[in-house]
Amino acid sequence: MSDMPIHNEFDGIAALRAALLAGQVSAVELAQSALNTAQARSELNAFLHIDPELTLNQARHADQAIADGRSGPLTGIPIAHKDVFVTRGWPTTAASKMLAGYASPFDATVVSRLEAAGAVSLGKLNCDEFAMGSGNENSAFGPAHNPWSRDVVPGGSSGGSAAAVAAGLVMAATGTDTGGSVRQPAALCGVSGIKPTYGTVSRFGMVAFGSSLDQAGPMARSAKDMLELLDVMTGFDERDSTSLEACDGVANAPGRVRSDFDHARQQFEANGATPLQGLRIGVPTEYFNEGLSSDVAAAVEAALQAFETLGAVRVAISLPRTQLSIPAYYVIAPAEASSNLSRYDGVRYGHRTQTYGDLADMTSRSRAEGFGPEVRRRILVGTYVLCHGYYDAYYLQAQKVRRMVTNDFQHAFADQCDVVMGPVTPTVAKRIGDNRDDPTADWLADIYTLGASLAGLPAMSIPCGFSQGDTPLPIGLQLIGNYFREGQLLAIADRYQQVTDWHQRKPEQH
Amino acid sequence: MAITDDDVTRIARLACISLSPDESAQARSELNGILDLIEKLQAVDTQGIEPMAHPLSAHQDIKLRLRNDSAAPTHTDAQRADLMANAPAQTEGLFLVPTVIE
Amino acid sequence: MEWEIVIGLETHTQLSTESKIFSNSSTRYGAPANTQANEVDMALPGSLPVLNRGAVERAIQFGLAVGADIAPRSVFARKNYFYPDLPKNYQISQFEIPVVQGGSITFYVGDEEKTVNLTRAHLEEDAGKSLHENFTGPHGESSTGIDLNRAGTPLLEIVSEPEMRSAAEAVAYARTLHGLVVWLGICDGNMQEGSFRCDANVSVRPKGQAEFGTRCEIKNLNSFRFLERAIQYEVRRQIELIEDGGTVRQETRLYDSDRDETRSMRSKEDADDYRYFPDPDLPPLVIGADWVERVRDQLPELPAAKRARFQSELGLTGYDAAQLTMDRSFAAFFEDAAALLSAGQAKLAANWVLGELSAALNRDEQAIQASPVTPQQLGGLLNRIADGTISNKMAREVFAAMWSGESGGDADAIIEARGLKQISDSGAIGAMIDEVLAANPAIVEEYRAGKQKAFNSLVGQVMKAAKGKANPQHVNEVLKEKLG
Repeated sequence: MSDMPIHNEFDGIAALRAALLAGQVSAVELAQSALNTAQARSELNAFLHIDPELTLNQARHADQAIADGRSGPLTGIPIAHKDVFVTRGWPTTAASKMLAGYASPFDATVVSRLEAAGAVSLGKLNCDEFAMGSGNENSAFGPAHNPWSRDVVPGGSSGGSAAAVAAGLVMAATGTDTGGSVRQPAALCGVSGIKPTYGTVSRFGMVAFGSSLDQAGPMARSAKDMLELLDVMTGFDERDSTSLEACDGVANAPGRVRSDFDHARQQFEANGATPLQGLRIGVPTEYFNEGLSSDVAAAVEAALQAFETLGAVRVAISLPRTQLSIPAYYVIAPAEASSNLSRYDGVRYGHRTQTYGDLADMTSRSRAEGFGPEVRRRILVGTYVLCHGYYDAYYLQAQKVRRMVTNDFQHAFADQCDVVMGPVTPTVAKRIGDNRDDPTADWLADIYTLGASLAGLPAMSIPCGFSQGDTPLPIGLQLIGNYFREGQLLAIADRYQQVTDWHQRKPEQH
Repeated sequence: MAITDDDVTRIARLACISLSPDESAQARSELNGILDLIEKLQAVDTQGIEPMAHPLSAHQDIKLRLRNDSAAPTHTDAQRADLMANAPAQTEGLFLVPTVIE
Repeated sequence: MEWEIVIGLETHTQLSTESKIFSNSSTRYGAPANTQANEVDMALPGSLPVLNRGAVERAIQFGLAVGADIAPRSVFARKNYFYPDLPKNYQISQFEIPVVQGGSITFYVGDEEKTVNLTRAHLEEDAGKSLHENFTGPHGESSTGIDLNRAGTPLLEIVSEPEMRSAAEAVAYARTLHGLVVWLGICDGNMQEGSFRCDANVSVRPKGQAEFGTRCEIKNLNSFRFLERAIQYEVRRQIELIEDGGTVRQETRLYDSDRDETRSMRSKEDADDYRYFPDPDLPPLVIGADWVERVRDQLPELPAAKRARFQSELGLTGYDAAQLTMDRSFAAFFEDAAALLSAGQAKLAANWVLGELSAALNRDEQAIQASPVTPQQLGGLLNRIADGTISNKMAREVFAAMWSGESGGDADAIIEARGLKQISDSGAIGAMIDEVLAANPAIVEEYRAGKQKAFNSLVGQVMKAAKGKANPQHVNEVLKEKLG
């Protein structure tokens, strides 16, 4: 059994699509090959649920669509979904015992849009429980492993998604980003991942964690491939009241991101030898603090120089509230989560404890048993900060600081820079099992990603290097754009990926 | 503003999560650690700053979209069964819970 | 010790929308359990709320009808507590900024007019229903069934200031509020089905004391009778408690109608901290001035205005006006019938609508909308009384025939067919009178002697001779003439 699925022989989605349309390969072949590989690489624990028949059925439909000449933008392309998107057919657990075996009667909007575009799903991917965590160690079904080094975390919460893409198990995967959960695992696994502007991708069918922060985003091997998925995922959904109908006057619909991308790309092309001339890159001084490891600093610096070579100009900016984004986020997200997770009570679905006295007993035991320690921790914090007497001091105050963080970015974008760049994480991936007794240590490592989450700005991570030493581990570069500029952001990243090959590196198997 | 054992008991009751005495003690110490981290918000002067509930509200006017008042048809037994398929206990189309005394 | 009673009411009215407030499930009453509950109502993972325009429209109608302010921006907040009939274990409600602010309700207690101010009215979702019917759970435990059909039904919670001072006032307020929401068409007012439910906050204080006493909340009173009795019991209970040296504990109580007493449900002090915060799934509700004006233009004439107009323009008494404006369709029926009569005849229409018509409706257990006699037909009949064609007594017979559909309900046709025309011809009447006078010389003498009763007796005899068809007025006139 080959550990290299057929789809890995192609450069990217565009090349694979061309081959499918030309009849060089069939969707069923691709799917079967991907299923075999996923099986062979099960030690990564990237997947939580695989159902060959469901996948092959989708693949057969894809082949039929191609034969009938009615293929869509992603017909036959193998992808997979983070297990916080509800799916008919496959279970949805959010990597929690609380939802073990849960069968959703409906598909998440993101899932149905990708399916309608013809993508073939390999199944559901591992993650941190209820998307809370940054190492995929908080999964009730075991940690996912980093394909670059088995003992090392793939990041989180979309760890399974990042690992699956890095290991080549799928062409692309969906993830969700609340405080960095797409960007950080992408960085730690050496793949590309993007969190679009809040409100551009529907949250309907996403198991809710922090409602005002959650956004779905694709992870893939390149900016170009992310574009293919994002342009299908994006769009107004009337079933989500936070979904935007328009983005600065342009309809929030497929085509918008691609159009922004094409426009930027054309401009870059027209600039000849210095494609990014005129592009001002804001580099926040606060992102280069003492917590940043030298490996990461060096890789990010090299990336910035590469951008300068492309014609961009570096501008030092200040995002003064960077440090404060940590307490602000860790009040707002747990507060919203504490309420969002109240529905898990063992009444209508989910885990119900075996022994109980009365109803209150049943509910509180079911929740104690169903939720892991990090989830319980965040629910308790969230409950506390919303309590009468504490609400003003914590929650309200955090929402005010949130506005200050947002204002910092707006100030920078107003007249200082067009895009912000910096590290994604302070260090490369840590070992699985490290630092498990200090719950807030991980939280501090979110310092670079939380700002864009609080502000709702589009933000991306692309590979930009490796750490030194025996086991080089991937390092990511973060790009943060202004509202609705995910297309431009992808075009900038694509430019970089045309003159570098970090994104093409693949882990050897272990 | 340290968190006491009584606080933990109250919070756990509000959150409807049962904690053993050991778990309570651990929760107490963890919560106090977290408090240290989030207490940093207190020192920030937020005079005149409006809280931000929706991240895009700084960029544009965000207001609630309304749906037209039209009803979906009543569900068939099969549709109901689909929606209730994950119920730990049900009978005659009702979810079952241990009896609640008003 | 003289005591003063202080009552405030919180009324939950189910709005008459087709679909629920945050999902498109139907709100129709009586469907099989859990067949009108979708993924949003069941709070399945990944579900999200979307607000129903119809619920907002009805809130605006209410706000304008009570003279309140409509908040241009209001916020939905989560009220967090665990209960099995609350699928998300939080209720989407409004807390700091409700959609309707202020306003007042004017009502009558007997003849006295009283106005109670409203604090606010806000939109929220209703919970599901618990059925305690001896179900057995998976481990053989006694179980309750949960039906989520009602979960998500839109509610408008209307909060009054604590300005009522007796159970009678509370009931009068509640009846008037009930009449208003039904009048507006925003609530069907069916209290048995739970469309209109009152929570009463009751406290007592020594007369003259400025501070309020400790209050208790009596929940879920769904009849005016229960509302009255519950308040009366609770007032007695609190007074007795205090007079015995005890203190009232702030708590939630339920009314037991079998025993006619209130019972403690849970202490409000230990009650959940609801941890209200703005719902991040729902941006602020913005209501523009143009929407408010559109609703204002389309508001029907309100009961109070109509009552005033019936008195000033149509000359009706306050009592009649009040009776006729209890129900909007009833008032409309009256107005349509009265429109066919000449000026000054409105009282005749009022008497008939409140009298014969109401009696017939009650007897047949029909609502005014189902009346077999139309306002036009009634008007036609009343005109025949007014112009003397038939007497009031005859008219009742005609009405009964119209009610059963005779001659297509046409009064003239029935009068013709049954030969009920009054005899107004002076000659014919004169002749009859002459006969009666001739036949009753003794009675004539009595009349001449000053006995008024004799006159009535003669009139009676004339009427008898005419088989009831003589116009009594004419008979009176001509008889008087002839007697001199």
